[in-house]
Amino acid sequence: MSSLHLAILLPFIAAIVIPFIYPLTKRLHTGWITILVPAALFLYFVFRLGDTANGGYIVEEMAWVPSLDINFDAYLDGLGLLFALLITGIGVLVVLYSIFYLDKTKEQLANFYVYLLMFMGAMLGIVLSDNLIVLYIFWEITSLSSALLISYWFTNKGSIFGARKSMLVTVFGGFAMMAGFILLYLETGTFSIQALIDQRDLIMASPYFIPAMILVLLGAFTKSAQFPFHFWLPDAMEAPTPVSAYLHSATMVKAGIYLVARMTPIFAGAAEWFWIIVVTGLMTLIWGSVSAVRQKDLKGILAFSTISQLGLLMVLLGLGSAAFTGETIDENLVYSAAIMTAIIHLFNHATFKGSLFMAVGIIDHETGTRHIQKLGGLMAIMPVTFTISLIGLASMAGIPPFNGFISKEMFFTELLHISSMNVAGVETWGVVVLAVAWIASVFTFLYCAILFFKTFFGTFNKENFSKEVHEAPLGMLISPVILVGLVIILGLFPNLLVPTVIEPAVASILPHLPAEELTINLSLWHGLNTELLMSLGVIGFGTTLYMTYPKWKNLWLMQHDRDPFNSVYDKSLNGLSTSSEWITNVQMTGRLKDYFTYMLLFIVSLLTYSFIRSDSFTLSFAQTEEAPLFLYGIVFLTILSTIALLFMKERIPLIITVGVVGFLIALLFAVFSAQDLAITQLLIETVTVVLLLLAFRHLPEMVQETGSRVRKSLHIALSVSVGLLVFLIGTASFALRNDANFTPISEFFIENSYSLAGGKNMVNVILVDFRGLDTILEVLVLAIVALAILMMVKLRFKGGEDV
Amino acid sequence: METLMALLVGLLFTVGTYMVLSKNIVRIILGTAIFSHGSHLLLITMGGLKGGSAPLLDQGNDAFVDSLPQALILTAIVINFGVTAFFLVLAYRGYTELGTDDMNQLRGNKDE
Repeated sequence: MSSLHLAILLPFIAAIVIPFIYPLTKRLHTGWITILVPAALFLYFVFRLGDTANGGYIVEEMAWVPSLDINFDAYLDGLGLLFALLITGIGVLVVLYSIFYLDKTKEQLANFYVYLLMFMGAMLGIVLSDNLIVLYIFWEITSLSSALLISYWFTNKGSIFGARKSMLVTVFGGFAMMAGFILLYLETGTFSIQALIDQRDLIMASPYFIPAMILVLLGAFTKSAQFPFHFWLPDAMEAPTPVSAYLHSATMVKAGIYLVARMTPIFAGAAEWFWIIVVTGLMTLIWGSVSAVRQKDLKGILAFSTISQLGLLMVLLGLGSAAFTGETIDENLVYSAAIMTAIIHLFNHATFKGSLFMAVGIIDHETGTRHIQKLGGLMAIMPVTFTISLIGLASMAGIPPFNGFISKEMFFTELLHISSMNVAGVETWGVVVLAVAWIASVFTFLYCAILFFKTFFGTFNKENFSKEVHEAPLGMLISPVILVGLVIILGLFPNLLVPTVIEPAVASILPHLPAEELTINLSLWHGLNTELLMSLGVIGFGTTLYMTYPKWKNLWLMQHDRDPFNSVYDKSLNGLSTSSEWITNVQMTGRLKDYFTYMLLFIVSLLTYSFIRSDSFTLSFAQTEEAPLFLYGIVFLTILSTIALLFMKERIPLIITVGVVGFLIALLFAVFSAQDLAITQLLIETVTVVLLLLAFRHLPEMVQETGSRVRKSLHIALSVSVGLLVFLIGTASFALRNDANFTPISEFFIENSYSLAGGKNMVNVILVDFRGLDTILEVLVLAIVALAILMMVKLRFKGGEDV
Repeated sequence: METLMALLVGLLFTVGTYMVLSKNIVRIILGTAIFSHGSHLLLITMGGLKGGSAPLLDQGNDAFVDSLPQALILTAIVINFGVTAFFLVLAYRGYTELGTDDMNQLRGNKDE
């Protein structure tokens, strides 16, 4: 076990320890202990930066289930390290924020930090695993811990609803993803991502390529809230705000982005990969930004804004996959800029969205509401929160000099580039892509403006708030201030992190390109060009739309702030339970004869099918014995009395007739030279008849069989087919037995009954000597029956008594 | 002879099935008894009904009927008897406790 493994497992270890020390440290907020974990991990990962420079990587192997090729192999490269730094870095800030956000006397802090640490460890596991199955396991732990965190206030109905929804959607995607991984394994025989990348050509040529790709993408799209699986994210906002900031803006929703980036070297280059990702991303981008404008809840706006930004990242990753299609390295290097943009924006989004969530959390915490129509005029009351929001929103809207501006400019540059790409059909559709993205940017500007002006400007109505409104405590402000500081620093000095963090990450997404060529130089100002004009257009149009907002805010579209996909989800979930309930009600009638009918129908149809399939109808009389005349008489009597059973309406005749059948069977046994059987059958039949008569004395008169003619004829048909089938199987297997010409084992008994066992009655010798075990157990059966009958008659408990 | 017996067995199964599909609990139990007769006959038939003396060595004959199916049937008869007796007492107790022997009324309680 290496230090890298320890780093992944450290949060889990801490999660085990926390509940034990929580009761001992009541006076200290548990967050102060928890914060040590991400802080230590962050420092650890910062010191690993040197390892990944220029496309370097570290592999640490650890056998887990080697026979199934499942090994806990840790793999640290630029991409993994970038995510690890985000997870631990924002983890520190979120824990710090939560210390002031969650009250240590009112909340169950141990639960919170255990879930959070579980989540952190699982996220680290995802980004640092080389083995797909291990990645999948960590993937599901994030789904689980995320659901636990969303339902942290579990007495709240909305929390439970949101948790269940996110769980269902992400676990659905997770399962699909695992199926995709298994398809990849079937093709290549390995679960290691790096080994899969080496076998890229094999995978590209395999018939599993498209199914595996779609299944893996399903996992990524559900986790990253891509259209049409985005609807769980807004409902996940029932979680405490530190959770929303951490999971639903910076880390978990980027797991899907990570997966797409990680899988790019395996799948990219195929036109399907390019188009599925670009189109899904674009739909998400525009849908998220338009929906965000309709929201009335601050966290709702941020949730849809996250969805939209994730769509943007997806589009960029899709465009960047063209870097695998170019003829020459130079051509590929041109396309690789999209990947670089994606990574930069990923980092930028984590900073500004984290700070915005924290700001909204502060507003919620200090005013008691997040509803946009109640808020207003907070600028003078909460100046620090106001400043944080201003910078975060300006960055999100893409206004200079903040980092969002740079990534948005780069995004436009990439979109302008794609017309020159030679991927299938890009030339014609490039303009549409560009237009959709631009409109989405206008809406992004618009909701940023709404969020900003509706919250901090206007009039302050004291009666809207349940408590005294004031600025947040200092501790709560530290984390957002740090994040906002990053927003500004990365805006002014955009190249600060590029060589150490961004470039290695890009190098690991594009391993086929020389790492030292993947350089980029960012600057706030790169001349007067089309991108800048587009940005100005966004600001202009966005401002106009905001100014005219009162005029069109009553449009039909704006009235519905619930996402329409919610009703699809609700209806399908309801439909699923209603239909399964219906099926169960139809099938589980509680009537014995219905179940018996199912069984018989199944048996009859299965046997008939196999009879027909193997063509086994044999009616051979060659080996049969000639029946003596008196046997016909006995059989005729038996048939007569058996059929008579069906017409008996009274109890006593029925018993007598059953007795007659039994005695006739005994007679048949006697005819077939089975003297022991005949004796036993006679005795047992007599006892049974006596028992029946005994029981009948206590049973009521037999009720008339009721039921429709249809049901009756169904019963007759079923019974006749059962009888016919038994007859057919009997004759066919008898003929088969004679054809096969096996010697019966009974020769052995004839020879050895006397010499080995000293008995002359062969049946009895078999029963007590050769096959004595059967007899012992048969005696046991009788003993159990006797005891059970005794119990039934003697013990008379009424329901509910403790036996 | 075997075909004749197979026909009889088929009939026993038909009648047994029809009785088990009834709603009176005693009729069902009797149906299972008919089933067991059918399967016993089937067992002995499948062993072959070729003539021969009873499986007693002091009969001095060389041709015996097959003794193994007989031993199997003997075991089956006894077990069948046990189960039938158990079912009967169960039906009787069920009737005294619940007041009905109608299978349609013996359906599970509402809140399962």
